[in-house]
Amino acid sequence: MALQLNESLQKVVDGLSEKFTDSLLDVYQSSGDTFVRVAAEANVKICRYLKNDHRFIYLSDVFGTDRFTSEDRFEVVYNLVSLRDQQRLFVKVWLPEENPEIESVTSIWESANWFERQTYDMFGVRFTNHPDMRRIYMPEDFEYFPLRKEFPLLGIPGSIELPSSTPDTE
Amino acid sequence: MSSKKLKNKVKPTFFKEHQEKLYQALEDKHTTVEIMKDKDPLGTEMILNMGPQHPATHGVLRLALQLNGEMIEKAKLDVGYLHRGVEKIAENKTYQEFMPYTDRMDYLSPYSNNVALCTAVEKIASVEVPERAHYIRMIGCELARISSHLLWLGTLVMDAGAVSYFIWTFREREKLYDIFDQLTGHRFTVSHARIGGVANDITETAMAMIKDFVNDFPQELKDWHMTLDRNRIFFDRNEGVGVLKTEEALEKGACGPTLRGSGYAYDIRKFAPYARYDEVEFEVPTRLEGDNLARYYVRMEEMHESLRIIQQCLDKLPKGPIRTDNAKQAYPSKDEVYYSMEGMIHDFMMTDTGICPPEGAEAYHAVEAAKGELGYFIQSDGTGHPWRMKIKAPSFANLQILEFILDGEMVADTVVIIGGVDPVMGECDK
Repeated sequence: MALQLNESLQKVVDGLSEKFTDSLLDVYQSSGDTFVRVAAEANVKICRYLKNDHRFIYLSDVFGTDRFTSEDRFEVVYNLVSLRDQQRLFVKVWLPEENPEIESVTSIWESANWFERQTYDMFGVRFTNHPDMRRIYMPEDFEYFPLRKEFPLLGIPGSIELPSSTPDTE
Repeated sequence: MSSKKLKNKVKPTFFKEHQEKLYQALEDKHTTVEIMKDKDPLGTEMILNMGPQHPATHGVLRLALQLNGEMIEKAKLDVGYLHRGVEKIAENKTYQEFMPYTDRMDYLSPYSNNVALCTAVEKIASVEVPERAHYIRMIGCELARISSHLLWLGTLVMDAGAVSYFIWTFREREKLYDIFDQLTGHRFTVSHARIGGVANDITETAMAMIKDFVNDFPQELKDWHMTLDRNRIFFDRNEGVGVLKTEEALEKGACGPTLRGSGYAYDIRKFAPYARYDEVEFEVPTRLEGDNLARYYVRMEEMHESLRIIQQCLDKLPKGPIRTDNAKQAYPSKDEVYYSMEGMIHDFMMTDTGICPPEGAEAYHAVEAAKGELGYFIQSDGTGHPWRMKIKAPSFANLQILEFILDGEMVADTVVIIGGVDPVMGECDK
């Protein structure tokens, strides 16, 4: 399907394909949203470029998805907003199943802090250079990553300690 | 040395690893700029745990505060006490089945959540929504916004010391509940929007009640302005408290009234108009100060603007169907279900399989809920269940800034700051 990009997004895609020819893996549209898939190593550089040169100054969200494929199983999506051009752009990165790891974008947008923690908590994608890489919803003692597809809907019995109904007494 | 001190001070008995890491994170915060003190001869330093069961944290929010006397040196938040895994649940439900769960996310403005889910599904499955449904949705969303802001106002002023306000705002909320009861059939968790429209048309009684509310409410707002706008105690508690500077607000990821209180007119209703927000006139109130008082003004003005929108919607409300007439996309009307075989089959199909967006499609759609940008990202695998549904919760983004703005504040102001940011834990924890 041919891309139907408006002027400002066309500029972004042109700029990306010129500057990061090797790292720009895919550009596509779905339901009117524009997605750019980039190589994991170049992610931080590309994000910084998008922020500085194309004014994507607001990071609305970061989240993961589980593609459940043998290759490049995990996907991390960055939801970027440009207030000047009134545009939204999604930057995607694919990560392998074994030890998924990617550099954090907290140095570019501080708001990525909790969003990345949430992605780690739910999918086990580790973010390097993150100031506070802990789980956010589940307790640290929990060993699983609940939004992975193999995690059962009902949970794993005994995986989490339940509070005792009697108060702690010495 | 300091870490030894901390470990001696706290003895977690439950979720040990979790607690230890939280205290460690609290201790590690700002360590690059802080001069490590070896001694604390006066014993002024302490760790204060606030929540998760604390009336002023508006739910199950837990704050670990390191205090120096009455000053908060650093703060860490611990969220997740209300985590129910709704994103996981969504993957095992049809789109319509998931709607009641959205009611329970931001339970102070459930109508907006329903609309957010529906608009996202309609975007990914290219469903056309009739005009009248758009206007009914707008009326519902704005009523929900007022309802949410009323609770915020009541609790904020109560946190600042005036308990009677909570009763006054709840008197108005009660009227809104009655309106929702008439409009949707439920008082609290409404589930009124449907994919492709809304569940039922606005009744004469509901119409009259909304009109009455729109007529009477400005007077209440005016009275509240009179009691608060020149109130010395309210000013002193809120002015210059919890400041989020304009240059930092975007960087830290604030959204909704909190961001607008810091000077950015980022409102999805203007940024990417959905429903028929491009056909009504309204302003996006902003303030530059970024303190709690600025957030107060922004939300108060937003209530005025909501009333304006409702008024315009009532004037413009077009006649016509309230749900799309395509049996593959939306539920048939109950008349059809009861009196025709096809209607019955379609109803069954919608309940069993539901709407199936094209395989591999992805869509993100956001609405401006009372707390800020509420977005649904949906990935479809061609079946009636979403492959992945990500909810961008405004409260989650707004709570994150608390870690920044609490540092350096007085411990007595924490409750007011939390009240000013207006988080809902049901939405943050998902």
